[in-house]
Amino acid sequence: MKRKDIVIIGAGPAGIRAAQTLVAYGLQPCLIDESLRGGGQIYRRQPDNFKRSPKKLYGFEAGKAVALHSTLDRLAQDIDYRPQTLVWNAENRVLDTLTEGVADQLAYRQLIVATGATDRILPVQGWTLPGVYSLGAAQIALKFQACAIGERVVFAGSGPLLYLVAYQYAKAGAKVLAVLDGAPFSAQTRALPALIRQPLTLAKGVYYRSWLSAHGIPVHQGVQLERIEGEHRVGSVSWRSGQQTHSLDCDAVAFAHALRSETQLADLLGCAFSWSVLNRAWLPTRDSEGRSSVDGVYLAGDGAGILGADAAEMAGELAALTLLADTGHTVDTRRVATLKRKLAAIERFRHGLETAFPFPQDWAARTADNVIICRCEEVTAGDIRQTVAQGHWEINRVKAMCRVGMGRCQGRMCGLAACEIVAQSCGRELSGIGRLRGQAPIKPLPFGLETER
Amino acid sequence: MSAPIEVDALVIGGGIVGASAALFLAQKGQRVALLERDFFGAHSSGVNYGGVRRQGRPLSQLPLSQRAHGIWGNLQQLIGIDGEYLRSGHLKLARSDKDMAALVAYAEVTRGFGLNLQLLDRIQLRARFAWAGDVAVGASLCADDGHANPRLVSPAFTRAAQRLGALAFEQAHVIDVSHDGQAFDVRTASGQHFRSQWLLNCAGAWAASLAEQFGEPVPMRSGHPAMLVTEPLPMFMDVSTGVEGGGIYARQVARGNCVLGGGQGFALDSARARPGHAAIMDILRNAAELYPPLAGAQAIRTWSGTEGYLPDREPVLGASATQPGLLHGFGFAGSGFQIGPAAGEALAEIVCTGASSISLDAFSIRRFQVVPPATGAVTGAVNVIPLHRGRSHP
Repeated sequence: MKRKDIVIIGAGPAGIRAAQTLVAYGLQPCLIDESLRGGGQIYRRQPDNFKRSPKKLYGFEAGKAVALHSTLDRLAQDIDYRPQTLVWNAENRVLDTLTEGVADQLAYRQLIVATGATDRILPVQGWTLPGVYSLGAAQIALKFQACAIGERVVFAGSGPLLYLVAYQYAKAGAKVLAVLDGAPFSAQTRALPALIRQPLTLAKGVYYRSWLSAHGIPVHQGVQLERIEGEHRVGSVSWRSGQQTHSLDCDAVAFAHALRSETQLADLLGCAFSWSVLNRAWLPTRDSEGRSSVDGVYLAGDGAGILGADAAEMAGELAALTLLADTGHTVDTRRVATLKRKLAAIERFRHGLETAFPFPQDWAARTADNVIICRCEEVTAGDIRQTVAQGHWEINRVKAMCRVGMGRCQGRMCGLAACEIVAQSCGRELSGIGRLRGQAPIKPLPFGLETER
Repeated sequence: MSAPIEVDALVIGGGIVGASAALFLAQKGQRVALLERDFFGAHSSGVNYGGVRRQGRPLSQLPLSQRAHGIWGNLQQLIGIDGEYLRSGHLKLARSDKDMAALVAYAEVTRGFGLNLQLLDRIQLRARFAWAGDVAVGASLCADDGHANPRLVSPAFTRAAQRLGALAFEQAHVIDVSHDGQAFDVRTASGQHFRSQWLLNCAGAWAASLAEQFGEPVPMRSGHPAMLVTEPLPMFMDVSTGVEGGGIYARQVARGNCVLGGGQGFALDSARARPGHAAIMDILRNAAELYPPLAGAQAIRTWSGTEGYLPDREPVLGASATQPGLLHGFGFAGSGFQIGPAAGEALAEIVCTGASSISLDAFSIRRFQVVPPATGAVTGAVNVIPLHRGRSHP
């Protein structure tokens, strides 16, 4: 087992800025990241031998991506940077890690958790067909593997990522057949007052949407993705607009409804959780300066609530400054105040986004019994409802009875949708059915692993 | 205040022992109520390994275990589901000649109990179980033992009891128990109030505090088995397996997942536990030498539970020595799943006829009276590696 004073988990915008801040104060943190190259999901970095320009890869965000990547490049020699390392368990101030098949342990005094987010999936009929991706996965295919998910692609769901990914695909030369936005245009108008506080972000959103229209890509707003069909892989999608049903032949679909936080590690660390109305999820509690409920554990970025990449950079810096202050360093208090003020502003903007891209409240009610919710264990909405009909309402209990969330992903993909179905069918509040317990390993762990001595 | 609910027997604890007791009492027409602090079968009855085995138990438990074997044989009719119960056999592997000799000796002393153990040498073992790793030198097979899904089986006992008229309440935390000379008076945190002639203490790892309240403390400790499950794998074995001397046990379910256990975890608090890092690593490093098909497989989840252990690893089962009407059924030392239904039935028999048809002398709480009670008997969960590893592993 190795010992470190400060460990940061996640080399995305939050983790990198946290590391940079600590280095600026003369400390040498250990930065652990699951990916081959730092940057996180949003600024996922292409492999070394890929040659597409940042402008092509990241569009408007190229400047931020490059700045973050070069920050990590500069830091790498001053810190203990460990890419391709999974933290699969946390126990008593020791992390269990796995690096290319080798298990190791790492003891820490302070920990900054910046585990980020994945897509929030609301299953529809046919979503398990080959050729269906989440929006984030479609984006990763483009950025990290330099390939599109199909030749004739439909993007569906909701959230800012919807337009961004469609735009990136179209720019990269893929044929984008349509964008199906679950949120009505009226919602976006209603959200304007809150969104206007972040004019640049708003402008980008408007730009992507207008660009798509200007390039003849149909954008349908206020429509519901109904089903994805195909015999062996995606052949078509259909959606409903008012009373009318439309369909379109395509060979790939990317869909998601905004993002969800990756909270398993915070759970294993023993952090207290509280219900977030905005995120419709249980999230590790953090104070306005990034402290979790556990002494020495700090939370930064989307892993503790979705606020986006800009906020993650600030939250990473803020968590590091808080850690420094808590451990007796004299920090720049004006900088702390500025960061807190800016983060509060982004949070207001986030409320605006929720208005613009509202959660489809009727999703659970209109999801048919035969729709698969948990693809690992092939558990349908009907299976879950049947379990609820037997008197079960607590999500871990429902899991125990019908296996939802018991497979490879351990509910990371299906858990939220399962909770929506349970709440809808038992008539309880979503916040009243509990949350899936975190259980090690956070991701699958192989037998026969070697151990670092 | 509303009138108390009057019953003939009140069961505290909705694990497999309490639920079975409620079921058999209801079958015999008793008015029975079951109180479970959490959810029915949510603790060790529901999260255990799922071994349904007689092989390896001490002789003292075999009569009761044989009776349980009969009950399991009738499971579907009794609880309304098959619970994924399979009489696939229980194979106990030996890793050395010394361990094999221990298996031979066990087969010898248990002759006459009906286990029909078959001893397999190295060649016979491989002829029947081609997957067995080279480290196994032989094995003992109990062909009629097997395994089941505890998540489904244990709660189903309560549901079956309810169908026969038993009252059963989840999230019913008992906060006060007293006896006024006539009957027990029991109250829950949610304000429920019960009166009953009989009180069955089937509260698992949390049963010691009630025993202590009635003047018979027991030196119970909590254990936390480390459990792990793989992703679904191609079927390679249907027997449930264990190893002489302990260490590891494994079974493969119909869906293909392998469930493995071995070593001890730790308590998070009095009700929650996790498998420790060390136990998980031991299983991941060592399992493949006994079960070569696991090489390269992925573990997807680990878990633990909270089990009550008494120093001699025998349960406390039978009447209180201090309080008429009080019955105990707890402390099954991580091996209560198979025997639980027979334990519940024995308690029901005491209520209905005054005595169990199978002798429970070996499990009397009186055995702790001769020893001065440990100071501050542990009522919460304390992490402890049980002594005599392996003697009654699943």
